[in-house]
Amino acid sequence: MRKRKIVPFSFLIIFFFIYLQPALSIASESTPLFRIDRINILVLFIIFCAVLLLYIRSARKGKKLFVRKITGLEAIEEGVGRATEMGRPVLFIPGIDELDEIQTIAGLSILSRVARITAQYSTPLKVPVNYPLVLAAAQESIRGAYLDAGKGDDYTPDMAQYVAGEQFAFVAAVHGIMHRDKPATNVYMGAFYAESLLLAEEGQASGAIQIAGTANPEQLPFFIAACDYTLMGEELFAASSYLSKESLMLGSLKGQDWMKIFLVICILLGVIFETLNIGGGFLYKLFIEH
Amino acid sequence: MKNQLNTAIAFLSGFIMILAFFSANPGIVNFSQNLLTWVTIVGGISLLLGIVSILKVNLKAIQQRGKDWIFKLILVLFVVGMSVCGIAWGIEEKTPFDWLFQNIQSPMMSTMFSILAFFIASAAYRAFKARTLEATILLITAVIVMLGRTPLGQAIWDKLPSYADWIMAYPNLAVQRGIIIGAALGAAAMSLRILLGIERTYMG
Repeated sequence: MRKRKIVPFSFLIIFFFIYLQPALSIASESTPLFRIDRINILVLFIIFCAVLLLYIRSARKGKKLFVRKITGLEAIEEGVGRATEMGRPVLFIPGIDELDEIQTIAGLSILSRVARITAQYSTPLKVPVNYPLVLAAAQESIRGAYLDAGKGDDYTPDMAQYVAGEQFAFVAAVHGIMHRDKPATNVYMGAFYAESLLLAEEGQASGAIQIAGTANPEQLPFFIAACDYTLMGEELFAASSYLSKESLMLGSLKGQDWMKIFLVICILLGVIFETLNIGGGFLYKLFIEH
Repeated sequence: MKNQLNTAIAFLSGFIMILAFFSANPGIVNFSQNLLTWVTIVGGISLLLGIVSILKVNLKAIQQRGKDWIFKLILVLFVVGMSVCGIAWGIEEKTPFDWLFQNIQSPMMSTMFSILAFFIASAAYRAFKARTLEATILLITAVIVMLGRTPLGQAIWDKLPSYADWIMAYPNLAVQRGIIIGAALGAAAMSLRILLGIERTYMG
């Protein structure tokens, strides 16, 4: 089993180093290997990784971790149940950004969990997307979830559809789906821009339960006004771990919380130092000047 | 095996990007740029997937004469029509493709965007109902900000714009920064979970 895991990694490492070797040799001798102006980011990165790995390790050892209740995520199962009772589909939109956007990946991870629930309840699922790469990833996500739920036969690739590549053409297509299919539950998880309110208001008018989540702060007021539940910022990234309830995933959440406490302390110290004019702007230099 | 290979690709690609961020070595930086070019190429090729998906789903609905099938027929005709125009005459100015884009697609997108004004009004009506203390504070704040950003607000009271600016620059910005810091940490933790292969649900 362990051997099976090592083989693909070894192959890739060899491939990358064969590819990297000539690239590295191109480098002139005068250019430094490390960017000294980014040392502050590197230090924070190492601290962050260390804290996260520490908590993942303690979770692996079986330590019980408490994670506060996120109402919006608790409502997902309730929303799917409602759709099942009403005999209507669940609509899931993983944002309108490309696959290289971390919010889209977070959205797809949540899609996988939602698809597992719709598979268990045999509820129709509709996932309109506006990038073909996201389409391929969404189809794989849904297929994997249906296979995990033992409902592989119920899966069809048309559950995820590429509807339009342009932002407002995408909105028009989703409005069409909301009008025709009347989904009972709409879930918006990912990166949204000007279309957030257009989608959420239309969903509100169609009478669906709506759960939204985005890390774009300027779109949050629209979702809060038009949706029943809204995940704000980091909750979107925590959603997959929260829904999975796997100790490894929850461990990384705890590590993230400790990093937040560390940053809050740094901000408070910065305020005190700057207000009292002590430390010679040390924290300012550490975080900003570089 | 397939999932392990995917995880390995994700780990190595992420590792190279991190390395390129901290390194000034042109070899490493060029390599990371090459990776980004690969992403663009893969994205371009995958457009075919999107076209196949659109045609497959809509042709099936037309064949079955499903609800509103006529709209799907129009969509398929335009997908084919725009592609033919683009391939046959190019996409430069004064070509049939450009004419279709400027006179059909662009006005339709502007129309969709302009609906936002009505949706903002209906959402604001629901959000600003003074039912609780919090909702009342929100209502008062919103009135100050909205009036302060218009000439009418200035005409009513000349200090209103400065109060609106204060609300936007201090309480509003503080909350926004809190959300942004939280989201950035969340994104970094998620990236690390992906690189370490802990988070694999997005792969199916």
